[in-house]
Amino acid sequence: MNMELSRRQFLKTAGAGVAGTTLGAMGFGAIEEAYASTIKPFRLVDTTEVRNTCTYCSVACGILIFAKGNLAKGEKADITHIEGDSDHPTNRGTLCPKGAALLDIVKSETRLQYPMIRRAGSDKFERISWDAALDKIARAFKDDRDANFIARNKDGVTVNRWTTTGFLAASATTNETAWCTYKTVRSLGMLVFDNQARV
Amino acid sequence: MTNSWTDIRNTDLVIIMGGNAAEAHPCGFKWVTEAKANRGAKLIVVDPRFTRSAAVADYYAPIRQGSDIAFLNGVINYCIANDKVQWDYVKAFTNASYIVKEGFAYKDGLFTGYDEEKRDYNRSTWDYEIGPDGYAVVDDTLQHPRCVWNLLKAHVAQYTPELVERITGTPKDKFLKVASMISECSSKTKTMTSMYALGWTQHSKGSQNIRTMAMLQLILGNIGVRGGGMNALRGHSNIQGLTDVGLMSNMIPGYLTLPTEREPDFNAYMSTRGFKPLRPNQMSYWQNYKKFFVSFQKAMWGDAATAENNWAFDYLPKLDVPAYDILRAFELMKQGKMNVYVCQGFNPMQAFPNRGKLAEALAKLKLLVVMDPLQTETARFWENHGVYNPADTAKIQTEVIQLPTTCFAEDEGSLVNSGRWIQWHWPAGSPPGEARTDAAIMSGIHLRMKELYRKEGGAFPDPILNLTWTYKDPHEPTAVELTKELNGSVLKDVLDPNDPTKKVLEAGKQVATFGVLRDDGSTAAGCWIYSGSYTEAGNMMARRDNSDPDATGAYLKWSFAWPANRRILYNRASCDIDGKPWDPTRKLIEWDGSKWTGYDVPDIAPTAKPQDVGPFIMNPEGVSRLFARGMMREGPFPVHYEPFESPVANLIAPKIRGNPVARVFKDDFAQFADTASKEFPYAATSYRLTEHFHYWTKNNHVNAVLQPEFFVEISEELAKEKSIKNAGWVRVWSKRGSVFAKAYVTKRIRPLIVDGKPVHIVGIPIHWGFVGAAKKGFPANVLTPFVGDANIETPEFKAFLVNIEPSTGPVA
Repeated sequence: MNMELSRRQFLKTAGAGVAGTTLGAMGFGAIEEAYASTIKPFRLVDTTEVRNTCTYCSVACGILIFAKGNLAKGEKADITHIEGDSDHPTNRGTLCPKGAALLDIVKSETRLQYPMIRRAGSDKFERISWDAALDKIARAFKDDRDANFIARNKDGVTVNRWTTTGFLAASATTNETAWCTYKTVRSLGMLVFDNQARV
Repeated sequence: MTNSWTDIRNTDLVIIMGGNAAEAHPCGFKWVTEAKANRGAKLIVVDPRFTRSAAVADYYAPIRQGSDIAFLNGVINYCIANDKVQWDYVKAFTNASYIVKEGFAYKDGLFTGYDEEKRDYNRSTWDYEIGPDGYAVVDDTLQHPRCVWNLLKAHVAQYTPELVERITGTPKDKFLKVASMISECSSKTKTMTSMYALGWTQHSKGSQNIRTMAMLQLILGNIGVRGGGMNALRGHSNIQGLTDVGLMSNMIPGYLTLPTEREPDFNAYMSTRGFKPLRPNQMSYWQNYKKFFVSFQKAMWGDAATAENNWAFDYLPKLDVPAYDILRAFELMKQGKMNVYVCQGFNPMQAFPNRGKLAEALAKLKLLVVMDPLQTETARFWENHGVYNPADTAKIQTEVIQLPTTCFAEDEGSLVNSGRWIQWHWPAGSPPGEARTDAAIMSGIHLRMKELYRKEGGAFPDPILNLTWTYKDPHEPTAVELTKELNGSVLKDVLDPNDPTKKVLEAGKQVATFGVLRDDGSTAAGCWIYSGSYTEAGNMMARRDNSDPDATGAYLKWSFAWPANRRILYNRASCDIDGKPWDPTRKLIEWDGSKWTGYDVPDIAPTAKPQDVGPFIMNPEGVSRLFARGMMREGPFPVHYEPFESPVANLIAPKIRGNPVARVFKDDFAQFADTASKEFPYAATSYRLTEHFHYWTKNNHVNAVLQPEFFVEISEELAKEKSIKNAGWVRVWSKRGSVFAKAYVTKRIRPLIVDGKPVHIVGIPIHWGFVGAAKKGFPANVLTPFVGDANIETPEFKAFLVNIEPSTGPVA
């Protein structure tokens, strides 16, 4: 039975903050104690483990993300470590030089924090609220669509297209984001619509 | 990929041509290593550079970029001439025996029907003869002079090893060695896999590069089998998914297509999408098109899509041109014909060709919106960074709104890997600052548009007002809500016609498979090929059982693969005409006398008799195509065309420049260097490094440390000729722009002898820009030409002309 005890089960049994010296008191033998001493309890006890997929190429390596705090429970969660998922059939725990450095892209100093606007002719970005930014975008869309929407072509065929505003979709967003984007864009009659698969 | 990463372990021979998996897909390349170690598989690499894939290859052959078709046509010619053909496969599963219409011909690089003015063909002769029974005429003896096999044989006869060497620069002995190794895989018990990536797609004839290898794989009998296939190594984590869900100008999710204005109504639209079988008994699965289309319309517009209004057919925009791809978008922008542009997680200033033109185009917009987790050059195109980004900031009137989005680690949902596995992932961390999910942002835009049209009226508001948006929190639909729409559900009970007390389908339930989708409005599905991914049994994409009975590499219980959880496409072709595996040691499925069973989900109706129904069920023929009919714009057989910028004229058709049907905008032609230009004498190519991912990882401290600085690679010979020192500065320029870089003088690149003359190659990694943690540098796309593949408009990044000289470096 002891042989089948996984690291996680073991730590659950032992409880948070367990120290190697207390193991004997729980009735475990020396083997387990030696095993436990090789474990870094900090990560497994103090962080939440979440399964995810590397954001780069389409090998789509499985990864484990460890965070302080549990997002699923509505807590604020700060990602502390990312590693390969050894259960994943494709990468079997391995990661490349990009995947191994994933933590630094999540925490990059050039991550965007706030909506910003650069006004015509200006040499800087300024803060803008989400509502003001989205209102401005919707107004620009509406005005341009109403001015340039083509309901019928010159032969009188109903074409219902809009080609003066365009949308370029991503390559690393989820299918669900893609669908939400597709619905929004296509329902406007927009045809200048493409994604990164083009390159 | 027709197969999967884990299936590569089953191969006997890997050919990496048009890619560099060891560096660009390191953890997938592991399966090549596995096949080598456990099966004794061999690896061939054919590439202009001695890459890290080449470094672990059993055989490496150099090739001049942009000449792959000449090489592969040469291999096909070699296989035919030496009788290295999987004959049973070719006869039963390809259109080798089909008779082509009289009038079809090929001469001097062109097929019948070319119109030089339009740069297009009349393709009416590029098709089969149809018999009085309405089916294509075939000659199973392959004796007919106009059967596909004899036309193909004649077409490739020109590509002798001598001609291949003259065009490609691959020495004849090396070409013959590669051809011989490949040809051995015509055995029923030997398989080759083709691993390719952007080295093949990023050409003005990229689609034909891939098609040529696909034809070779069919001749060898390597499609549909374990360890075989055409395996596109897709570059980004969800490029496959974004394509599946149809985020392209002319697409509807699941590879349905938008109407064009030549299809004025629903009947006209459906009339070209009938997919009547071209041979008796064939499934021609696209005959179900209407079921998928109507279910899509119902997913979009619910009750507003009715039989009376042709399922809201007019809610869809109709195209006047083949597509508004990115190249066309920037051309229109430059002409002042676009006002607003949104970039969602995409940095086109870096990722698209001819950066000077892109910057000029962006400056003509009224509003640019950028949604991204990271700073991008696109969002800051108006900033003046001297030589790195010369911009007259005060003059640029474009307003730019930059919106912070979550990244993968903060978002939930599914991504599709290269092998079509749809894998679910969960969020782990809180987003930085005020960053929001893309779904929240798109909802914010949609709900505002709905409100504005409700209040103010305006141009054709119906498709906006009636768009289905029944999410619990309409401001931020959950990933589960959205994915359930993609899978599809039943809208109205469907009763059993034989027993109306029984329900075949029950309203409100998720559909289990696309097989139950209907064209009467009783089902909805956003993306039919994803049906089965989120069923009444739950989230199939989140499955994590990594068992693999008999170690076939299928992993059927891990995630969900589209379509129908099938892991190897065309897998019926892994068996002979009687349904027995070609190679019993590599069994995938087999016919047990009454049905198909095995390790994978059969790619055919489970009870389809093997002698009757062909394996290529999506084709009306039921077989695969060595002759593409009118489906490829350049022609039904591949022809060697030079890149638009080439160091040599086309040896087989000297008058033809580039791909004769590729779209070129007027101003761009003027920005191409002449063929064999003295001003731009060197053949350049661009590529990725293993330490970097496009323009993202320059924002990553670790990767910026690993590869901090822009450089170009040149041979020792060219360095000597131009007095360039290793690690010294050089200037590299094309007809479109100029960059400064450090020179890396290497043995990995060598001059090739092309038709008796040396051609020097300049290698240009792509990863630098003016924002991020790495040193400021230039993206390769300052230099690249603004022209795309003739069928799908992927830019020609892999073959263009430059000049190079020693320099003292940039003056900032």
